[in-house]
Amino acid sequence: MRMLKFLLWKELLQIYRDPAIIRILFIMPMIQLLILPLAADYEIKNINLGVVDHDHSEYARQLVNKIVSSGYFRLKDYSAGFPQALKAIESDRTDLLLEIPAHFGRDLVKDNQSSLLVAVNAVNGVKAGLGGAYLQGIIQNYNQEIRAQWIPEQRFEPQSVIEIVSADWYNPHMNYRVFMVPGILVMLVTMIGSSFAANNIVREKEMGTIEQINVSPIKKMQFILGKLIPFWMLALTVLTIGLLIARLVYGIVPLGHYSTIYVFATVYLLAILGLGLLLSTYAQTQQQSMLVSFFVTMIFNLLSGLYTPIESMPGWAQLIARFNPVSYFIEVMRMVMLKGSGLDDIKYQILALIGFAIFFNSWAILSYRKRSG
Amino acid sequence: MKAITAENIVKSYPAKKTAVYALNNVSFAVDQGEIFGLIGPDGAGKTSLFRILTTLLLADTGKATVDGFDVINDYQNIRNRIGYMPGRFSLYQDLSVQENLEFFATIFNTSIQENYALIKEIYEQIEPFKTRRAGQLSGGMKQKLALCCALIHKPSVLFLDEPTTGVDAVSRKEFWEMLYRLKAQGITIMVATPYMDEAGRCDRVALIQKGKLLSVDTPNGITGAFNKPLWSVSANNMFGLMNDLKKDPAVESCFPFGQVHHVVFKGRENGRAKLDEIVGRGNYNQVTIKAIKPNIEDCFMALMRE
Repeated sequence: MRMLKFLLWKELLQIYRDPAIIRILFIMPMIQLLILPLAADYEIKNINLGVVDHDHSEYARQLVNKIVSSGYFRLKDYSAGFPQALKAIESDRTDLLLEIPAHFGRDLVKDNQSSLLVAVNAVNGVKAGLGGAYLQGIIQNYNQEIRAQWIPEQRFEPQSVIEIVSADWYNPHMNYRVFMVPGILVMLVTMIGSSFAANNIVREKEMGTIEQINVSPIKKMQFILGKLIPFWMLALTVLTIGLLIARLVYGIVPLGHYSTIYVFATVYLLAILGLGLLLSTYAQTQQQSMLVSFFVTMIFNLLSGLYTPIESMPGWAQLIARFNPVSYFIEVMRMVMLKGSGLDDIKYQILALIGFAIFFNSWAILSYRKRSG
Repeated sequence: MKAITAENIVKSYPAKKTAVYALNNVSFAVDQGEIFGLIGPDGAGKTSLFRILTTLLLADTGKATVDGFDVINDYQNIRNRIGYMPGRFSLYQDLSVQENLEFFATIFNTSIQENYALIKEIYEQIEPFKTRRAGQLSGGMKQKLALCCALIHKPSVLFLDEPTTGVDAVSRKEFWEMLYRLKAQGITIMVATPYMDEAGRCDRVALIQKGKLLSVDTPNGITGAFNKPLWSVSANNMFGLMNDLKKDPAVESCFPFGQVHHVVFKGRENGRAKLDEIVGRGNYNQVTIKAIKPNIEDCFMALMRE
């Protein structure tokens, strides 16, 4: 026990002595949390629109006005023909092209129907998809308005219409930050947990100090605990700072209890630190451990459901996501933050994480050798 | 009981398709309270042998004991009673002198106070810098600190892997004086060094080359086994002299040795006359020829040729 206490003291002293580590550990996550959620927004704005108007009727003008005044689109190009408008897309001046055929207004009045052409530059998939959807929504809306103008109120509705009114539960204003900040926080805690711990042990290998420890009667378990606990404490500190920023800067107050988050984070960190330890037993240099942990955390983060929902991934990717501890933490964070879930609601995730923790740590302990063959 | 024994130790490392033998059938024994030197050039297998005896590396075959304990089955006991100072400085550079010492005392389940008497003389020399970080110490002071850390748990056997490599002549002398004081306290010391001149300071030495022990004896025993007359020759043109000597069929070996060449003849003929003859053939001035006693390096060179 005295030995473990001393190992912890030594580890914390070393971290404290290295001003660069302190800076990286605390300032980096703060800056990331302050910049990322504000900049990396899913709402697509400023889509550049090109219009080809063969009609020049009042209806056509109304439609274009409506689209531009929605705030999502900027009218960047107004061409006389489709080929010129396509040129604008090719030269990247516009992202979307709306072609209004000749007699659009006349057909609309006479035949009660008319058609439009929308062409989208799909190089940037997210922008294309959302831009196309926004445009469709606006046109549909416009359609409804015209219909309302023409069809006077009738006792017998000639056509039944289903109107959909949706309410967004748990995040009523679809506030993107409420959804994103907890996720980014998880990413940060994961990075600290896996790469810092791994690098720390590999540094002892590089400096040769691990040899001195290996010839001592110190137990394998004591050594590994002496490495796990300081980084576990550090990561929880960073989590606390992150939660404070979320509350003070973004006004995100979890509906559930903070203690639920900490209980889960404790288990989660055991799993992630175990992964870091495992990497360190195989890596010989800090570059190796850095690159491998970078690779692993990147895959974990991209397949975590932070950016794209896991449910829309292909089957095999969903399977990978089930073996990805990060996806569980992100899920739990969102559940606790937005839905107010308690320990009982996340017991399945906790069990899964305990499984990961046991798996990674026992593999790490088994492969850590105080002597080589 | 012997402090260290090794029987037929073999250790090979895989290299491409073949195996490189770092240690090939090495056997020796070290008495208690002895300073035992392991002398050999770089790559001779010194560090591999040290790592096997300090339980950091497993030998392919062979048996070894340290302080009566087997290095494979009783490695936990060995770790409690040996001190190991690796060739490379490997203490925590970002901890201070005192913190390093405290740390190593703690991981060996002891405290500085308990064994202070043992390290007192060495520690007093670095005590003025006890709050300085280990990384900022000079080379000699680093060695002293490393020795303190290796001694803090009062080991009965001390392993020093090239403790004086890269240390200046004065510090080297001081270091050896410290080793004598430790020996006086009954600690067995095994020291590896590439410097032949340090061999004479040991009680017994083992000469090692390419994983094989060439000879294990006292320094006097080793030089005494050198059974041919040895000559020292010098002149104004040393390079030409070396070529001339090597060309002569009667000369068995000729090595440059500082300011002079050491020459050994094949047969038992009159070396003095033969040397005069070789030198006379060339155009040399300031020629000095002396019969000398062999030192460890001469013996090592001779053993390597065999």
